[in-house]
Amino acid sequence: MSQLHTVNKSPLDRNALESAVLHATKGSAVLMIEDGVYGAMQGTSKSSIVNNAMGDVSFYVLGPDLKARGIDEDRVIDGVEIVDYSGFVELVAKHATTQSWL
Amino acid sequence: MSDVKKFLYVNRKAPYGTIYALESLEVVLIGAAFEQDVALAFLDDGVYQLTKGQATEEVGMKNFSPTYKALGDYDVNKIYVEKESLDARGLTLDDLLPLTYEDEDDDWAEKDSIRVVSAAEMAEIMDQADVVLSF
Repeated sequence: MSQLHTVNKSPLDRNALESAVLHATKGSAVLMIEDGVYGAMQGTSKSSIVNNAMGDVSFYVLGPDLKARGIDEDRVIDGVEIVDYSGFVELVAKHATTQSWL
Repeated sequence: MSDVKKFLYVNRKAPYGTIYALESLEVVLIGAAFEQDVALAFLDDGVYQLTKGQATEEVGMKNFSPTYKALGDYDVNKIYVEKESLDARGLTLDDLLPLTYEDEDDDWAEKDSIRVVSAAEMAEIMDQADVVLSF
């Protein structure tokens, strides 16, 4: 079983997303939550972090945190799956371990 | 009125993830009562504070973004937003709340409070302030 990595920091403020993706093995998942959801936006100076790893790693973003921050779903990078809280729980249950990149 | 000082509130954090944005807004509103020359600077992740369409029902937090619209009523109408920070985040002025104030020196005409400035201009604004409060 693979790992779930959660990231809750903005990639424009901290390197948590960058480091999580660097340490995510093929087939593992990265879930962006809280301020981490800015990492799922298209057209930012850090969008390449997700774009470049797409395919090797599955990317998810928490919908309620996107909405709180006024990020429209159509600005999310193609291929990033938007999940709700129960989707978050399913991801945790589906993976052997969860690592939080704080 | 020689004791009026130029206050600059510097905002560099995204809303909700940390308490800085809300705390800054509260301090600005309290400070507005003291009739000083107040300006707000938004740069780095701070520009995220001003985005339109914030809806916090599902995360169970208070959406404080409508409060920024009240700043004009408190004579807080110099809101500087750094262009480089917007660009890096794929944002434009259109993504931000339409903040306005009524200019008492111009027959109460409604004017925009937000001024998009370059990093170099922001540096000048910071340099000219008498008091800088950082969030």
